[in-house]
Amino acid sequence: MVTLKINGKSHTVEASPDMPLLWALRDLLGMNGTKFGCGVALCGACTVHLDGIPRRSCVMPVSAAAGHSITTIEGVGATATGKRVQQAWLDLEVVQCGYCQSGQIMAAAALLAKIPAPTDTDIDHALSGNICRCGTYPRIREAIRRAARKPATAKKEG
Amino acid sequence: MGQMSRRQLLFTGAAAGGGFLLGLHLEALPRVLAATAKGTQTDFAPNAFIRIGKDGRVTLIMNQVEMGQGTYTSMPMLIAEELEVGLDQVHLEHAPPNDKLYANPIFGDQETGASTSVRAFYEPLRRAGATVRTMLVAAAAETWSVDTASCRARRGVVTHTPTGRKLSYGALADKAAKLPVPAQVALKAPKDFKLIGTPAKRLDTPAKVNGKAEYGIDVRLPGMKIATVAASPVVGGKLVSVDDAKARAIKGVRQIVRLDDAVAVVADHMWAAKQGLAALDIRWDDGQHGKINTADVVEGLAAAAQTPGVVVRNEGDAPAVLAGATNKLESVYEVPFLAHATMEPMNCTVRLSSDRCEIWTGTQVITRAQGGAARVTGLPLDKVEVHNHYLGGGFGRRLEFDIVTQAVRIAQQVGGPVKVIWTREEDIQHDVYRPYYYDRMAAALNAQSQPVAWMHRIVGPSIIARYLPAAFKNGIDIDGVDGAAQLLYDIPAIRVEYVRHEEPALNTGFWRGVGVTHNNFVIESFVDELAAAAKQDPAVFRRALLRKSPRAMAVLDIATQASGWGKPLPEGRGRGVSVLFSEWGSYLAEVAEVSVSKAGEVRVHRAVCAVDCGTVVNPDTVKAQIESGIVFGISGALWGGVTLKNGRVEQSNFHDVRVMRINETPAIEVHLVRNLEAPGGIGEPGTAVTAAAVSNAVFAATGRRIRKLPLENQLRSA
Repeated sequence: MVTLKINGKSHTVEASPDMPLLWALRDLLGMNGTKFGCGVALCGACTVHLDGIPRRSCVMPVSAAAGHSITTIEGVGATATGKRVQQAWLDLEVVQCGYCQSGQIMAAAALLAKIPAPTDTDIDHALSGNICRCGTYPRIREAIRRAARKPATAKKEG
Repeated sequence: MGQMSRRQLLFTGAAAGGGFLLGLHLEALPRVLAATAKGTQTDFAPNAFIRIGKDGRVTLIMNQVEMGQGTYTSMPMLIAEELEVGLDQVHLEHAPPNDKLYANPIFGDQETGASTSVRAFYEPLRRAGATVRTMLVAAAAETWSVDTASCRARRGVVTHTPTGRKLSYGALADKAAKLPVPAQVALKAPKDFKLIGTPAKRLDTPAKVNGKAEYGIDVRLPGMKIATVAASPVVGGKLVSVDDAKARAIKGVRQIVRLDDAVAVVADHMWAAKQGLAALDIRWDDGQHGKINTADVVEGLAAAAQTPGVVVRNEGDAPAVLAGATNKLESVYEVPFLAHATMEPMNCTVRLSSDRCEIWTGTQVITRAQGGAARVTGLPLDKVEVHNHYLGGGFGRRLEFDIVTQAVRIAQQVGGPVKVIWTREEDIQHDVYRPYYYDRMAAALNAQSQPVAWMHRIVGPSIIARYLPAAFKNGIDIDGVDGAAQLLYDIPAIRVEYVRHEEPALNTGFWRGVGVTHNNFVIESFVDELAAAAKQDPAVFRRALLRKSPRAMAVLDIATQASGWGKPLPEGRGRGVSVLFSEWGSYLAEVAEVSVSKAGEVRVHRAVCAVDCGTVVNPDTVKAQIESGIVFGISGALWGGVTLKNGRVEQSNFHDVRVMRINETPAIEVHLVRNLEAPGGIGEPGTAVTAAAVSNAVFAATGRRIRKLPLENQLRSA
């Protein structure tokens, strides 16, 4: 039994300590927003936050996640930065197939929480681990810039 | 050996593009409009695409699947434009499998691919919307005993203009349902469009930014097990034995399923299934392909390329002109097998009982998947239900339903529902790959350095012969020659040949950009070679040959001007251009700007693309698709290539299937030409036009002409 604190709530799951957090989320808790892409931390589709730091849940054992505050795509909108990022994604029509976008948004939200006004190099470093086969990268970059410009309290633009 | 005129070819050839359109579409349309899709008795549903509830809820049934290309917005736009509802007022539903109601007229079955959705449904869906609106207006006019001409529909409400009386669609649904379906309805003139041609917000995005969008892989059923699979690493190989003692000892592993060509580990969750799979000791009989290497494939193609092919297009006497020419060029081009690597790995969930098969998956071919499951189970089609989902990438991979039949075969041995998920490794090594093509090119230039003869011999397997046999006529694979048969350059002698050469060691199929992706690389690289031989600027050289193709010339001009073509670049950089026209009916020109490091790494700094796809439904989607296609195309051109060793695919995950990442992505500009020409395809051309632009830019930057993809392999092997 492992207790995980996810999006502010405690969940107890029957998982072996080495089970990657990804499968605990998806198969044990039914939280499907976090995606399986490669299983070996090469694509970033499974990105979640552990105490605000972006981590690949496909290679993170639940034993390492226990005791930390886990945020997933289902919960990131409750944070000011996460909400801003999601809105920027919608404003700029970033999404295509959408499968990788949970991971992209989690990576972007973590970046902006750490660096409120990231440079292009900062964006490259923070997002280069997240593959998008639809090639939405130009819009991802633009959406991060937009989310960075827009303070959390700003009114929605026309 | 059959020979077809260009006109004949273009018509027949449209089977991959638009050819069945006319025939099937006129025939299918009345059926579509007369039929009712899964509507309840109380709903107004005079056709298979629209349902209006008494509560006013407007549901649109989506037969073309959403895999990122924006179909779930463009199709609703077509309907809503004529139905007179706002996009904010509609609810979308995935269509069930039903070729009678939902066939894509271009293929004859319910299929999303080959950049056809808008081309195929531009008129039928507007007509569907107009029919329903006409009936609702008639119901209102009858209620008020007024002339229909005095009524206007807008945003789901009919208003009697002179008196201002209003009735909502919901209030009219009952009455409208009792009215006859009009045989003919008037469609709006484009000048009256309120939605079509505007950058409408996508309808699928809100659920895709908060984790709520449901893909096939997200299906959960009570009592469901999770399975993962190892199929024979060699095509045609068989399972000999499997030692599963270690796998069975893993907590959560429930069952080991043996198929004749695969083993599946069934477990409580994917983690146990994956561990179980890794713990299996499997022995395979590789069969006849167990010794095949990539070099063997190339050898076979090269040998086949020595024989003349079926003549696809023949104008003038190119062989004679070449034989007598003093200034001629000959080149061989090769493009590799390519994996699709959709972000969502292949998956399918099945619940099987003796008299019913339920399937949950994301597929581009829902009725083919249904048929496949029916064949495996022996059940009639109406006992096989398929529930479609958002696709986590398609790119042609989900035009195949191998995952569905495999999952059903596994389910036959599992008591209860089972979700089969391939690991990324299984996905890369059991793809249905873009074929390896081998092309021989020859051209002659006259004394004025103008091309006077062009020969293009395409050698590769026929996907169409397997996939759409009715369209495989006279030995010509209309997809394999797409883009080559329609060569726009004004050259007096043109001969295009096709040599079918199958490669049984690897399954091959459609990959984004299909046949055009390969042909455009070959053609536009070779044209660049001719320009260099003629000592002319590549854009100027092309322009002179496009005199008779004003739309192609226009996009070439826009792309070159916007890219600053001819203006000085920093040291080490080069620009390359590529022009595309094919059965999709869209004209594109792209200018890529690159630099190449000493180690042979290519950096694409900028890509400028001009697009004339005729009538535009959603301009932002068109731009997004071009951006997407360019990124996909660069990945393939620079790094793509699956290789075989002893019949096995050597690559396995994103460490050796390299795809573009954000830090490698160029600045991309898309310039859209707006006109009222027939809509052209847009999901794939951006991919197809890109490789040549990049390769030509590499030539401009380095003087190195690359005739074999992927580019970086060649640049490194220098």
